[in-house]
Amino acid sequence: MKETDSTRMKQHYSKRDYKAYLYLLPWLFGFFALQLYPFIMSFIYSFNDYTVGGKMNFVGLGNYIQLMTKDRDFWNSLKVTILFALYTVPGKVILALLVAMFLNRNIRGINLIRTVYYIPSLFGGSIAVALLWRLMFMDNGIIVTALSHLGLKNVTFLGSPRLALPTITALEVWQFGSSMVMLLAALKNVPKELYEAADIDGANKFVEFFHITLPQISPILFFALLNQMIQELQNFTTPYTITNGGPRKATNVLGILLYKQGFSYFKMGYASAISWVEFTIILLFTLVLFGTSKFWVHYADET
Amino acid sequence: MANIFHRNNKKENPDVPTQEKAGFFTYLIIVIIGLILLYPIIWMFFASFKSNNEIFGSTALLPKEWHPENYIKGWKGSAGYTYTKFFANTFLMVIPTTLFTVISSTLVAYGFTRFNFPHKKLLMTALIAMMMLPNTVVIVPRYMLYNQFHWVDSYMPFYAPALLCCNSFFPYMLIQFLRSVPKDLDESAYIDGCGTFKTLTAILLPLMKPAIFSAGLFQFLWTYNDYFNALIFVNSVRKYPISLALRLSLDSESVADWGKVMAMAFVAVIPVMLLFFACQKYFVEGIATSGMKN
Repeated sequence: MKETDSTRMKQHYSKRDYKAYLYLLPWLFGFFALQLYPFIMSFIYSFNDYTVGGKMNFVGLGNYIQLMTKDRDFWNSLKVTILFALYTVPGKVILALLVAMFLNRNIRGINLIRTVYYIPSLFGGSIAVALLWRLMFMDNGIIVTALSHLGLKNVTFLGSPRLALPTITALEVWQFGSSMVMLLAALKNVPKELYEAADIDGANKFVEFFHITLPQISPILFFALLNQMIQELQNFTTPYTITNGGPRKATNVLGILLYKQGFSYFKMGYASAISWVEFTIILLFTLVLFGTSKFWVHYADET
Repeated sequence: MANIFHRNNKKENPDVPTQEKAGFFTYLIIVIIGLILLYPIIWMFFASFKSNNEIFGSTALLPKEWHPENYIKGWKGSAGYTYTKFFANTFLMVIPTTLFTVISSTLVAYGFTRFNFPHKKLLMTALIAMMMLPNTVVIVPRYMLYNQFHWVDSYMPFYAPALLCCNSFFPYMLIQFLRSVPKDLDESAYIDGCGTFKTLTAILLPLMKPAIFSAGLFQFLWTYNDYFNALIFVNSVRKYPISLALRLSLDSESVADWGKVMAMAFVAVIPVMLLFFACQKYFVEGIATSGMKN
């Protein structure tokens, strides 16, 4: 069995190798039926007037035109969705990095601390915690009462079009745990010798951070940013359960728009058009992030 | 700020991992951050014993009057169903989903790592690309599909994607793990006449246990917390999992009894907390090695 993947000739597969398809069968089936097919169909639906139980009616770009020129919610929702991602993703990842760097030391009880800091992240998308957030930030709730004791009277969070989005952002940022654990693992993998050499050269902590730490952990940082961005651009539960899109549509993300059109009014064609706009935004942000990566992400095998 | 950039320097003796003598202030900061992070959960626990009067307009943590009956009233549920029913529904939804995910991902990961078959690269790319596929872009046609199968208002919309390995994250996690297991082990078993399936169950499965367990934990947690899919696919109160029941108990009354709502919200987070503390090693390792959502 010296034969390895690289030396094996092409077109030379044993009978055993074909058995792989047997193991891949569940996924192959799922890939075509529940991923590729719905992906293509939502694209087709988006050019049709289509309600549940009704017939498909080709309308060309009709749904998109209506969305962008007649729907009073669309541009606002697009703005809110992007803002929400721009608040939450850097907020979450930077906080995770700061905490991870603070915890990256050889002290007693570090595992317990890491565990405790991870607890809020157990409830990602959990309705229980969303309700808690709503209650805490209500008018007359604990946060508002505490602020009024400090002399800040009549602050309102969830009822304020200006503060509602930052308030639900805070819930997301609070759940920075998984990025923290990943970054902490990455920080522990940075070779100690690099810092020792820099110390001898008299580099200060900031120079060390930007010239050693950041390049060394950049692949993980990139991965965390990408993952969070894809997640947050399609967030639905947090704004839906805490503010239900309000006040005055200040938290009405595209996910809520899609849910209402698709699953309250059952306008499936229109909802699909919204989902494709959302998909395009995610794709654009992903491409931009990949585009910037060559300036700041360093992979070990390149150097 | 300087403290944040402080790092363990062991210039004198780099080979011996000595425990840093953390100063008082380091621990103080750690405790303060921890308290800030946990305060909402702690507050939720005490709020669950308060009346509405005490929840609003007060910053006190401990209730002046304890109302344990919040739990009894809350458990009665709404629309004629108790939380016993909602919990039973939740586990009926979550446990098979978790098992199906673990089984299908193990098979698929085995197929991808231990065989060299035509179009392997292409299929692997497809698997990874699907990790980037947003749920929102497939949800509408999936709904139409499930509707045709009469699966809407059942747990099939959760079981089917799990059986068919539709969250690429899990097979990918196991693929990463299997790549680190030397092939000699199972290849020698194969030469000795073990079939491919026997090789998987007898040789690899025992080694994969920790990774499979991690995958299962995350699927359990995500399905348990999942609100969006439950909202879309489960319509009748009789079949509501806890996530939907919580929302219902808030919406079903004109003046919400928040003590009751917090009591049930706290009950809802207990299984997650217990699971986490029992298996925290698997959680943290799962995240650190494979990279994670949320």
